[in-house]
Amino acid sequence: MTTTAVPAAPSADTPALDVEGLCVDLSTPSGRLRAVDGVSFSVRRGRTLALLGESGCGKSMTALSVVGLLDPAAEVTGGAVRVRGSDTLRMSPAERRKLAGPVLSIVFQDALTALNPVQPVGRQIGEPFRIHRGLSRREAREKAIELMTRVGIPEPRERARSYPHQFSGGMRQRLLIAMAVALDPDVLIADEPTTALDVTVQAQIMRLLRDLQDEREMAVVLITHDLAVVAQRADDVVVMYAGTVVEEGPVREVFSRPRHPYTRGLLDSVPEHAVRGRPLPAVPGSPPELSAVPSGCVFQDRCPLVRERCVRERPPLRASGDGRSAACHFSEELARA
Amino acid sequence: MPEIRSGSATDAPRADGPEVPPPLLEVRGVTKTFGGGRRRLTALDGVDLRLGKGETLGLVGESGCGKSTLARVLLGLERPDAGTVRFDGTDPFALRGKDLLAWRRRVQMVFQDPFASLNARMSAADLISEPWRTHRDVVPGAKAREKRVRELLSLVGLRDGDAHRYPDEFSGGQRQRIGIARALALDPDLIVCDEPVSALDLSVQAQVLNVLSELRERLGVAYVFISHDLSVVRYISDRVTVMYLGKVIEHGETEDVFDRPQHPYTAALMSAAPVLDASYAGGDREIQLKGEIPSPFDIPSGCRFRTRCPRAEDLCAAEAPPLVVRRAREASDPHTALCHFPLEAESAWA
Repeated sequence: MTTTAVPAAPSADTPALDVEGLCVDLSTPSGRLRAVDGVSFSVRRGRTLALLGESGCGKSMTALSVVGLLDPAAEVTGGAVRVRGSDTLRMSPAERRKLAGPVLSIVFQDALTALNPVQPVGRQIGEPFRIHRGLSRREAREKAIELMTRVGIPEPRERARSYPHQFSGGMRQRLLIAMAVALDPDVLIADEPTTALDVTVQAQIMRLLRDLQDEREMAVVLITHDLAVVAQRADDVVVMYAGTVVEEGPVREVFSRPRHPYTRGLLDSVPEHAVRGRPLPAVPGSPPELSAVPSGCVFQDRCPLVRERCVRERPPLRASGDGRSAACHFSEELARA
Repeated sequence: MPEIRSGSATDAPRADGPEVPPPLLEVRGVTKTFGGGRRRLTALDGVDLRLGKGETLGLVGESGCGKSTLARVLLGLERPDAGTVRFDGTDPFALRGKDLLAWRRRVQMVFQDPFASLNARMSAADLISEPWRTHRDVVPGAKAREKRVRELLSLVGLRDGDAHRYPDEFSGGQRQRIGIARALALDPDLIVCDEPVSALDLSVQAQVLNVLSELRERLGVAYVFISHDLSVVRYISDRVTVMYLGKVIEHGETEDVFDRPQHPYTAALMSAAPVLDASYAGGDREIQLKGEIPSPFDIPSGCRFRTRCPRAEDLCAAEAPPLVVRRAREASDPHTALCHFPLEAESAWA
């Protein structure tokens, strides 16, 4: 295979990734369930967007839809995922595969399952060069060693011959990152990239991701449940709940003056703001099952501001003109409180 | 002003003041190794711990630091190779038969994963009352047991109707409440909580932390609270013990340890943990540590943290670090650290 033709890279002011109205349905024994319901966001090169939410909110499924790696039980039923001017959801599988690596790539949470256990890591990291750039085995190997050096693997030439289980968790995450950035993607999706790691190693990995993003001007989509990671690392945040976007905007503003009661509830639940001996202001209940998402506002069962209108009518995600939006009938009230 | 003492962490400083009652739990110099020869793993190396009645001790450290082995020792599941454990003045490892059973009732456990730790084929009521099959006289009689199950459910914020539901009908937070109710069924003095909220979503985590704090207020139960999440530990603990590769490297009251850490590892751990608000813990001064935690099969000479320490000098490789003591408000349990070059202690060298 020769060098594949992909459309030109986006300029600085057009989004590197533009997701619009994404819907994903899940087939279960009890019928079809909507797991992602009309999610939209976009991110430019060099910027970091966080998809923030708790388990089951649809953030990972959104990420997997973007890179086309959804489980067969799940199906994209609507929306668009645009990169370099075209909608990947309308492409053939072969066309989409050409984007995987040079345009879109992903780093998973669990590096041990994401790497092939029976292949030396050097060969795995060099693979994108063989497939997309048509390099020889030897050339790909040199590229792999270069990348391993870049992500901070000591003695990369020797270590290229090792297998994934011979590395620590932090080193495996570095290998995965090396593979993801190999072809200089426009967009790097990082799905909970440090959740399984120790705190001090976590900090090293986040630093590495930031450095690589800066030198390659990648757009990064960070999937996480950790508010502190969002605060430290992202420019913009999309808060998801029960498959929908409930609030979005610049991190600083959203976190200092949330306009959705769920965002406020999450921020209040962080023990960092709490005084020892005083109860944490917890959000009551837990997120709804996909089969039981209420027809009105998705957050109504747990919301301290809930009124009759919230039960009757689902609030749309409304933009307020200052780069922020929220899906709450009473967000002005919350802003004033 | 810190004072420097020679010796190891096992030389716990004695109180100079009036006679204090024995603590609920006192661990001194506990060492535990696994395997032998070249495959000898030192999981705990001279660990000291003290915990008063109704207190909460936060146990912090990264993987391989020995915190889970320590939890197993506290529960009597692992016998230490050396050192002593005293629970209310008695050595649980010397107990046999009835006495051992009676002691086991007093120390219970809450596990990390509420999905794996509950038998899916038992109802909430069965799960909560199961401990009474072993400890028969705690709640005698079927009627009394039924009533007590309802009380326990309400204590942890579940409803009467939940008694006959099965684990798969509960959310993660509710399951963890069942795990807590089950630990409370024997009316223990100490509950060892091993990462009790780390498998839970943030909004649910706060609920479970509230349940734990409330129980402490109402029942006077003490906790050993193991967690990698520093903001959780800071919120729940009265004292904090920081471990690294099997050793306690810092100990003190929560505010002292968090606001004025003495050990460079503690400081690095705090600066590495992402925070919402930069003014909380560490501020902007991020300390990046080199490399990763060494293998517990091959512990570095001298100070075990030296291979990653930004302050390490030749001395750190040559000699085990001394116990540095900084007087805290309560002299019986001062703020200690194992370090040749502790932070904020420069004046001691002048």
